[in-house]
Amino acid sequence: MSTINPASTPNALAHAVHGEAAHHELSFVRKYIFSTDHKMIGIQFLITTLLMLMVGGALALAVRWQLAYPWKTMPIVGELLFAQQGGQITPEFYTMLFTMHATVMIFLVVIPVLAGAYGNFCIPLMIGADDMAFPTLNMLSYWFMWPAIACFGTSFFVGGGPASGWTSYPLLADLYEAAPGSGWAQNFWLLGVTFIGFSSMMGSINYLTTIINMRAPGMTLFRMPMTIWGMFITAILQAFALPVLTAAGFMQVGDRLFGTVFFIPSGVVVNNAAPTIGGGQPLLWQHLFWFYSHPAVYIMLLPAMGMVSDMLATMCRKPLFGYKPMVYAMAAIAGLGFIVWGHHMFTSGMNPALGMTFMISTMMIALPSAIKTFNWIGTIWGGNIRFNTVFLNCVAFVSMFIVGGLSGIFMAAVPTDIYFHDTYFIVAHFHYVLFGATLFGVFGAIVYWFPKMFGRMMNEKLGKLHFVLTFIGFNGTFFPMHMLGIAGMPRRYADPYLHPYLEHLQPMNLIMTWFAILMGVAQFVLLANFAYSMFLGPKCGRNPWDANSLEWSAPSPPGHGNFDIPPVIYRGPYEFSSPLSGDKDFLMQTEPPVTDNVNDTPPEPDDTA
Amino acid sequence: MRYFWAAFFMFWPIVAIVIFTISPAMNWWFPGAGDPDSLTKGQSMTPLGVDIDNLFYLILIITSVVFVLTHIALGYVLFRGARDEGKKALFSHGSHALEVMWTIVPTGILIFISLYQLDVWRKFRVMSSFPEAAVEAPVAEVTARQFEWRIRYPAPGKKLQLKPQPDDLYTVNDLHVPTNRPVMIQLRSEDVQHSFFAPQLRVKQDALPGQVIPVWFEVTQAGHYQLTCAELCGWGHYKMKARIVAEPQTQFGKYLHDLRNEQNDDGVQDKKSGDADDE
Ligand code: HEM
Ligand SMILES: [Cu+2]
Ligand SMILES: [Cu+2]
Repeated sequence: MSTINPASTPNALAHAVHGEAAHHELSFVRKYIFSTDHKMIGIQFLITTLLMLMVGGALALAVRWQLAYPWKTMPIVGELLFAQQGGQITPEFYTMLFTMHATVMIFLVVIPVLAGAYGNFCIPLMIGADDMAFPTLNMLSYWFMWPAIACFGTSFFVGGGPASGWTSYPLLADLYEAAPGSGWAQNFWLLGVTFIGFSSMMGSINYLTTIINMRAPGMTLFRMPMTIWGMFITAILQAFALPVLTAAGFMQVGDRLFGTVFFIPSGVVVNNAAPTIGGGQPLLWQHLFWFYSHPAVYIMLLPAMGMVSDMLATMCRKPLFGYKPMVYAMAAIAGLGFIVWGHHMFTSGMNPALGMTFMISTMMIALPSAIKTFNWIGTIWGGNIRFNTVFLNCVAFVSMFIVGGLSGIFMAAVPTDIYFHDTYFIVAHFHYVLFGATLFGVFGAIVYWFPKMFGRMMNEKLGKLHFVLTFIGFNGTFFPMHMLGIAGMPRRYADPYLHPYLEHLQPMNLIMTWFAILMGVAQFVLLANFAYSMFLGPKCGRNPWDANSLEWSAPSPPGHGNFDIPPVIYRGPYEFSSPLSGDKDFLMQTEPPVTDNVNDTPPEPDDTA
Repeated sequence: MRYFWAAFFMFWPIVAIVIFTISPAMNWWFPGAGDPDSLTKGQSMTPLGVDIDNLFYLILIITSVVFVLTHIALGYVLFRGARDEGKKALFSHGSHALEVMWTIVPTGILIFISLYQLDVWRKFRVMSSFPEAAVEAPVAEVTARQFEWRIRYPAPGKKLQLKPQPDDLYTVNDLHVPTNRPVMIQLRSEDVQHSFFAPQLRVKQDALPGQVIPVWFEVTQAGHYQLTCAELCGWGHYKMKARIVAEPQTQFGKYLHDLRNEQNDDGVQDKKSGDADDE
């Protein structure tokens, strides 16, 4: 690993360029807590989401416990948590568990770790800006996560916890009588989602402004790394889709607290209460919810796709295969992503003709996904691969994404979805894309950008151990879910074995649970590696991976204001192994051209403004 | 070690394929008829269900081919990369021809699947193409509520009306239907959303409060089938266990008669109606 010695940069130059901005010392609180520095905010997001990952994982293990050993006392925690029920998980508690598992994982882990942590950390550094366009807004976007965490946390403890799944379908979610005990919990849950929405929205506006306005001289749109494209398109998705969810959430709050009956039809008798007086339509919620939540699944994926593209190219020492098609594919996914929401509603009772159009658009969205997959394989092809933790996690991303994409086709075909809807086949599908793809991508990204965050490398041995354990645990847990789905096991059942046709599946569930436990334990390896390397890992220079993009030309970790030498960009980020690079196999975006090369152009005059 | 990692990523797809291959034999597969040892295990008991199964197998073949090919390609590039470590990588930004190929081929396949399946969907859901025999005389109204299925049959010889009639017959969690003819039920919900899911029949339809949704199917083999709920409806969601009893028309008729007798029997009067025969 060749490193550029940071000492080689004349300090004097750095000071001259950055003047006083780089200088004034910040108090501890302003530096580490209420920081407006995008790097610190990114790190705050990262650490928060990693902790939330452990919380969400613990909830998942409790769900798995019940599926493996229904109604059996949970060891250790059982006595502690539900002593009053004899250490058993009750059906109400089970409902709360899977609801909160999904909520934590989606709203507090996957979305904020991508857009919040890596969006924040990478965007200014990779486009050559000294910070975000709106640093204070940025800080608020992190701190708005905490009211959300507080609300979700509160909803755990008031009454029986929210009981309508992360999809929160009315009327179950709308009427207090429908889920006794979950009254205020559901209100807090909705409030939490709203706060998280504010947080994402602030981030999204900030990212859009920053990427559009603050690119360094020479950083044209088509010289941006895929990570930035992923973040950019994600921010667009958020800006357009989120208001719909927020509105829908307020409508549900209205129904619950003020009798607005947006979703409540008349004459519904729940739990022997008086018939409702309504005129609303429960399907309206599903339309609004999925109008956000389908784009949201891409919000949970596109940034990871971008990061994996960058990491793969770097670790294979090869230009990304088909850069522009990759960008167009991402844009196509985003565009089509807005017209496929109905594929979650094929059996809901909406107009069957509408189902057909949603089917066709859903089939079409598989296409750009396929193109991207082929391009990743093309990127690895002919590479001079460095088989390190980063690379392994990225290959896992590709391999798992193939499975998730292919299972999507079964569900995009409406007749087969009639059978698969709301079975474990769906659960298998989205875990392959969200965990198999996105989270492995994130695990890669943690190792990849760690040196830039903390100026130290993570431990390779522990990294590989974590990878192997997680990979085995993941597949052992989630692959059999395809089988459960084919066998017709519905999701969200506290005790599937009550039904004779599912009885024989218990041994399989038991094995899956043990794989899940293995996977849970493996995450401690990650945490240990993270904490250890943060303080004791080997120090590194500016560019430990010999990568091309801008962040690697800044010091590790970059100081306040990021770049000691204002970057000027001459080429795209993927010129690995170029014949022009001499004996190195990389050519940084900032390196001035040595020969006359058509691809290396100095910035346009009007770019420099 | 480099080869080890390349092999590592080839190992799991092989395991995955093995698991898929043995799954039907291990009974990790579609639920079939009531008799677990029958040869038709895993086969749907409705013609439309058979269509769905066939579509599933078609997609399974296509996706398996794609899965295998992409993983072979992945394995190839990994082994090659492992072998060539240290050599300078290929300097290539992509290939226009390849890109065009791998855009057009999947497009073709996806369009084919899209068009191919439309017909099954039309038969299942589009009201105007429901079989006439089924639409004319719905056998029952099924009302989901927390946490049971309530069934209302019209009295023998009468037609099902939207509003309950005084001579209607009621049961809970026990739906009888005649075999070998298309039958239609009217699906409703009394409280929250539920979903009518009969796994062996490959039928699923959400029950929406405030709406009556017609569902049709044709059971070709007499027997007992499961009826479960597939939409989260509260803490007792998993308990919404019911059965569908498919029986020949004559037996079904007799069932309704018996049900009427039972329901009209107030335990005081003698059974003087013509049906009281077994005294
Ligand atoms: C190849 C492209 C894809 C296709 C064709 C596809 C298709 C579908 C369909 C039809 C459903 C609804 C199934 C049902 O509930 O009956 C679904 C559910 C889902 N998909 Fe995908 N999908 C694709 C990719 C993705 C990706 C990339 C993600 C996320 C990163 C994703 C996340 C989800 C989630 C979270 C659900 C379930 C939501 C829930 O019901 O809780 N999908 N997908
Ligand atoms: Cu979707
Ligand atoms: Cu239910």
